[in-house]
Amino acid sequence: MQPLTETSSQTAGPYVHIGLAPWQAGFEIFDKNFTNVLVAPETAGDRIRIEGYVFDGSGTLLRDALVEIWQANAAGRYAHPADPQHHKPIDPSFRGWGRAAADFETGLYTFETIKPGIVTGADGRDAAPHITMWIVARGINVGLNTRVYFSDEVERNAADPVLTGIELHARRQTLIAERQTTERGVVYRFDVRLQGEDETVFFDV
Amino acid sequence: MPLPPDQFLQRDLSVHPPAFTPGYKTSVLRSPKHALISIPHSLSEITGPVFRSDELGRLDNDLIMNFAKTGLPIGERVIVHGHVLNENGRPVPNALVEIWQANAGGRYRHKNDQYIAPIDPNFGGCGRVLTDAEGHYTFRTIKPGPYPWRNQINDWRPAHIHYSISGVGFAQRLITQMYFEGDPLIARCPIVRTIPDDAAIRRLIAALDPQTFVPLDSLSYRFDIVVRGARATWFENHTPGGR
Repeated sequence: MQPLTETSSQTAGPYVHIGLAPWQAGFEIFDKNFTNVLVAPETAGDRIRIEGYVFDGSGTLLRDALVEIWQANAAGRYAHPADPQHHKPIDPSFRGWGRAAADFETGLYTFETIKPGIVTGADGRDAAPHITMWIVARGINVGLNTRVYFSDEVERNAADPVLTGIELHARRQTLIAERQTTERGVVYRFDVRLQGEDETVFFDV
Repeated sequence: MPLPPDQFLQRDLSVHPPAFTPGYKTSVLRSPKHALISIPHSLSEITGPVFRSDELGRLDNDLIMNFAKTGLPIGERVIVHGHVLNENGRPVPNALVEIWQANAGGRYRHKNDQYIAPIDPNFGGCGRVLTDAEGHYTFRTIKPGPYPWRNQINDWRPAHIHYSISGVGFAQRLITQMYFEGDPLIARCPIVRTIPDDAAIRRLIAALDPQTFVPLDSLSYRFDIVVRGARATWFENHTPGGR
């Protein structure tokens, strides 16, 4: 039995930007900000954008959501000392973490990153390439965990232990980001539906 | 491949608010209706971003000075400090702790806050710090004021500081709010009351900490934060290539 209990979650509220994205709240304060750009010029891997909208149960856009992502590098290794996949290289120019706030006008969130490689899943088998996503906002009492998979990984997605563990087949599709080729490069569109028809799969991790 | 690192303990959801809490109206349309799907922890959950001290500025944890333009911010000078521990009782060093808050009048420096109380020209209202080797963090700030908000027509938030904690693994990611000992608005607050467990609510209330008062300068409050702990793994089946 553990001696302590986890601190309770509380909503991030409407003013989360002050703390986590102050420039969006309307002011500059820190010399270095944590942003939605995960890549540097020297980062290895295929450049992609992840973008989309978050919708509530009435189909209305959230314009105050804050989204974070965590992912492996192009070789499928996490920039973390506990990652035991020593046969895969670390990319010193890729932390694999980013933070984006939905635009106050359009509601769009975007990340500039690279497509992650294949990492080892919980059961020792390869997992399909994926990005871990965490969503907070006013009205969300506990941050929501989900995963972003890629529409051009049909075979690997079909074998992924997490995706295939979702009992209702139709719900698996809520985790697949749709690949689009645009004049700005490759974009994966990933919309999140908090409630209602096509509610996104959220995980108790 | 070596054995994977420790997984986190299963989350005790009884100390967290449920998603659907009609007393806090905004949650009604923003709460998933499906059950969360439980998955075993893989590297994607066990690992998480690592932050370096050179990414933070010298004044980032000093909200009294980090936005001071023409003078000092108005309000009660306070220190808020504590440890970030995990459920096993071990300190969590190098955790990123970020805070944000209203000024002494209960007004946020935010485009979308229209409350009548004035902006303080010398107060930004945010700070951040990495915990030290013992898991300790410190901020110096101004005690935030209470303010009204649109829920029921006369609902008020108690004075509070928002906290964001990023620990060792992404599954430990947590956002919460800290309240101040003795505030009569705590018990009336619909957001506080989304938490179903009174003991859990009490753990969000920082206690006055006379031992760390700065004489003739600042009061001090202590707020310890607990993130998820590691599950002991004595015997596990890790068959290469699956099970």
